[in-house]
Amino acid sequence: MKKVVLMAALALSSTASAAGKLEIFSWWSGDEGPALEALLKLYKQKYPNVTVDNATVSGGAGTNAKAVLKTRMLGGTPPDSFQVHAGQELIGTWVVAGRMEDLSGLFQSEGWNKVFPRDVIELLSARGGIWSVPVNVHRSNVMWYNPAKLKAWGVTPPKTWNEFLTTCAKLKAKGVAAPLVVGENWTQQHLWENVMVGTLGAQGWKDLWAGKLKFTDPKVLAGFTTFGKVLDCTNKDASGLSWQQAADRIADGTSAFNVMGDWAAGYFTTTKKLKPGTGFGWTTAPGTSGTFVMLADSFGLPKGAKNRTEAINWLKLLGSKQGQDTFNPLKGSIAARLDSDLSRYNTYSKSAAADWKKSRIVGSMVHGAVAPESFTSAFGAIIDQFVASRNAQAAAAAAQQLASRAGIGK
Amino acid sequence: MKGLSRDRWWSVLVLLPSVLLLAVFVYGFIGRTIYVSLTDWGNDPAQALAATPIIRWVGLANYQDLFTGFLQVRFRQELVNTIFFTVFFILGCLGLGLGLALLLDRNPKGEGLWRTLFLFPMSLSFIVTGTIWRWMLQPQGGLNQFPTVFGLPPGSFGWLSSTDAIWQFDWNKLPLLTAVVVALVLVWLAVRALRAADRARAVISGLCAALLLGWALFVGPNVKILPAPELHGFNLALIGIIIAAVWQMSGYTMALYLAGLRGIPEELREAARVDGASEVGMYRHVVFPLLSPITLSAMIILGHISLKIFDLVYAMAGPDNTYTSVPALNMYLTSFRQNQFALGAAIGTILLILVAVVIVPYLRSAFRSEEGHA
Repeated sequence: MKKVVLMAALALSSTASAAGKLEIFSWWSGDEGPALEALLKLYKQKYPNVTVDNATVSGGAGTNAKAVLKTRMLGGTPPDSFQVHAGQELIGTWVVAGRMEDLSGLFQSEGWNKVFPRDVIELLSARGGIWSVPVNVHRSNVMWYNPAKLKAWGVTPPKTWNEFLTTCAKLKAKGVAAPLVVGENWTQQHLWENVMVGTLGAQGWKDLWAGKLKFTDPKVLAGFTTFGKVLDCTNKDASGLSWQQAADRIADGTSAFNVMGDWAAGYFTTTKKLKPGTGFGWTTAPGTSGTFVMLADSFGLPKGAKNRTEAINWLKLLGSKQGQDTFNPLKGSIAARLDSDLSRYNTYSKSAAADWKKSRIVGSMVHGAVAPESFTSAFGAIIDQFVASRNAQAAAAAAQQLASRAGIGK
Repeated sequence: MKGLSRDRWWSVLVLLPSVLLLAVFVYGFIGRTIYVSLTDWGNDPAQALAATPIIRWVGLANYQDLFTGFLQVRFRQELVNTIFFTVFFILGCLGLGLGLALLLDRNPKGEGLWRTLFLFPMSLSFIVTGTIWRWMLQPQGGLNQFPTVFGLPPGSFGWLSSTDAIWQFDWNKLPLLTAVVVALVLVWLAVRALRAADRARAVISGLCAALLLGWALFVGPNVKILPAPELHGFNLALIGIIIAAVWQMSGYTMALYLAGLRGIPEELREAARVDGASEVGMYRHVVFPLLSPITLSAMIILGHISLKIFDLVYAMAGPDNTYTSVPALNMYLTSFRQNQFALGAAIGTILLILVAVVIVPYLRSAFRSEEGHA
């Protein structure tokens, strides 16, 4: 008898799901919550019969969410659509394991191949498919500075990393202990990445992650050496600082420069109440003008999603002009589409969006676009070792071994 | 089975679920972890999370990688960190706990209040302790600002962010160092056996010690487990974490010691005084020897806490700070961020062995004394 009741209950619940249900899995909470809410509201307007379940697992950059996601995927109950950093973070983990659906059909039918930059489509593609829909874009090669202090010190933002080293010496002579401020491990990786893009150039950076350029190549070694010299210009207490605390030192003028992604613009304007252009200034990281190092949040479609149709409708909304222009001004990022309505964005975002259209686009390593998590996570230890030993040869050799293990360039 | 009485049946029936659960969820999973650690699950990213992964048996390759692999420097630093952390944590807790207990044993005013105060940190979880101490050990604030209260310049010690290390040694010398340490222990055993007039034992330990020392002198220096020298030492940033851990657990050792002190009959102390022992002598020859079983159990409890510590380090220094990292943290990151399940299981197994080294002798002695009482 009990069994019959149970079966009936199961049958009921499955018919309920046929009437429309959608589960969205993300790590957007707190500051980013409202942007997601706005998107979900838009979805409900379009599909009023669907109940949307907003399954957010909070925690910086999704560390907690990713662990929960892993349990659910391995347990056979994937969410209908989940957030992931676009590119290798998804491809290296879930696509290679054969657990995602190919979305190239969707890109074709929605005409996205034309509205997203070609470089972006390339980043999202692997193994003959396109694997996720990017909803926003952040730029990670931005150098932030304090205009008033720079004037007082009599320096200008450097254009190349060599120029930076001269500026650094000048600032040190004026009594600035740490001309460049960095924070905990991932921000040091972030700096490494910017030094590398700045010394290798966009094409060299692409080759590195395609496996065409080895880490042990003299060019990459030179990049490591430059990175070591740049580190000499940084603060000693780095590993104790969050990226916000590091950014604070620009605002209060203890350090001259900070290399960080463009989420810092939101922090400076919203939290620190500084005026863009006068309270804080920005330029591309040395040697990377004309290059846009990107990272994007995106959503994919796992195989075996319970509400596939609703999930595809969700993805269509994410990729649409209306969806991206609803979400991004609130999130503080820019739209991945090239045809977004710029009047909705703030001063910083407008300049980034202009660059987005005309720059060479490459992916960020530390934010999961060009390297899988197995690489990025272990690479942190190599950077820590390099910070202590300054041995470029050893760091490059270790990075190469790590790259082969993580299957980079395969 | 007809010999079993009704009571016996009941007891078996009632115990059975726990025994089964233990068998599956403790010993079964230990076995499974050890098995996984001997495979290559996750070394190929394409197989790690596949629906039906291809898992191959690789024997001890993962362990070899951890101890000699080029990429596993972090793990080796963590092992060294753990050893330093354990030593200082135990010494700190025992020293501070004993000191507090001796003070409280003199029946100061408001003893109950002091006792609660000292024991209070233990009621917090490590994650709370870690968060509080992280604030206090901020590079620009907290403890470093303390001297300014007296008009002095603020301190600049990087409590959690220092990257300097002291007492560094080359990992290549590890076999050598281990051999020497073990040989010295054997020599000590031999000397003790000689004193106890146990000839056979003395000869055996003496021979083993000589063999090991000989190996250390003639073969050891030529053993190279790594292609290049690799220095590991006591990272100064650990000091901050040790302080927080000692703050949390020394109240507990105080309670243990206080109970021990109160358990020593007053007659014994009086007898010592009558025999002309000074106050110091009384503590040295009467009180401390009677406290040694408490020291042992405290060491074992603190020892296994420090070997598997995770949350305190995670909260204080973050997961990606290799200078302060510990094996448990690495196990979590390796398994659940890098999806290298086999390698993570190998780290877990090494942790289990370390904890077993601490716990098993204690359990043995505990069982023995129980049998003795029965």
